[in-house]
Amino acid sequence: MRWLGRLEFLLHITRTRGIARRYFVVNGFDGALTMLGILTGFYISEAADLRLIIGACAGAAVALAMSGLTSAYISERAERRRELTKLEEAMVADLSESAHGRAARWVPLLIAAVNGLAPLLISIVIISPLIFVWTGGNLATPALQTSIGVALFIIFLLGVFLGQIGRTFWLISGLQALVIALCTVALILFLGL
Amino acid sequence: MTEVKRLVLDVLKPHQPDTLELARAIAACGTGLRVNIGVEEMDEQTESVLVTIEGDDIDLQRVRAAIEELGGSLHSIDEVEVLGPVGSD
Repeated sequence: MRWLGRLEFLLHITRTRGIARRYFVVNGFDGALTMLGILTGFYISEAADLRLIIGACAGAAVALAMSGLTSAYISERAERRRELTKLEEAMVADLSESAHGRAARWVPLLIAAVNGLAPLLISIVIISPLIFVWTGGNLATPALQTSIGVALFIIFLLGVFLGQIGRTFWLISGLQALVIALCTVALILFLGL
Repeated sequence: MTEVKRLVLDVLKPHQPDTLELARAIAACGTGLRVNIGVEEMDEQTESVLVTIEGDDIDLQRVRAAIEELGGSLHSIDEVEVLGPVGSD
């Protein structure tokens, strides 16, 4: 676990821990809301083919992950290089072999991984009831509605997490996120009429 | 054999890692090292610090490597205290 400590140190010296956390919430929220939208769309169209629903959700999840990985890597690499150049100019030294140089190489990769994996993992959790039923499992409630419920619960949890970061009451921030999700569902249901 | 007992170094370093982390990294360069760091000057990106190290046998090369690992650079050695071989007669 020594490498984890080193990554933690690199995040610390570049003061990017907050950025990684923000990316996790923003793209995680993106992933959850996208899944919720797709699932609600399938719900109102009364599609019964689980394989089709899983395929559509998985495709969107992979696209979100790739988008998150590449966009965060490109932007963060540019930011870290800019910061390193500024620091090298101030220090009048080549810092490529120092912790700052390593941070400029590794931090963009770490942030990109967070940004890409957050929507992917959250999407997998959301569609897991669908996969479970499709592979022969039994649920007490219909798989599609269960997945919609999981999506709403995860969005609520992301709101709670944001509340903890912002040191506000967790229930309020969780409910705020949930209201956004329910408005999204309502809008899709309205458009589907 | 000579032993370096005390060094005072003029170091330019980025704000991060902070002086406490720099002091810890330098102290880890030997056993029983006592490290004191005073900030002399602050700039937008950097700070000049005076590092005082006391110990039984300070390895300057290791100290320099630790400073450079954290992005700092050793500007000058301002003070030294070295103990020469102690005769038995």
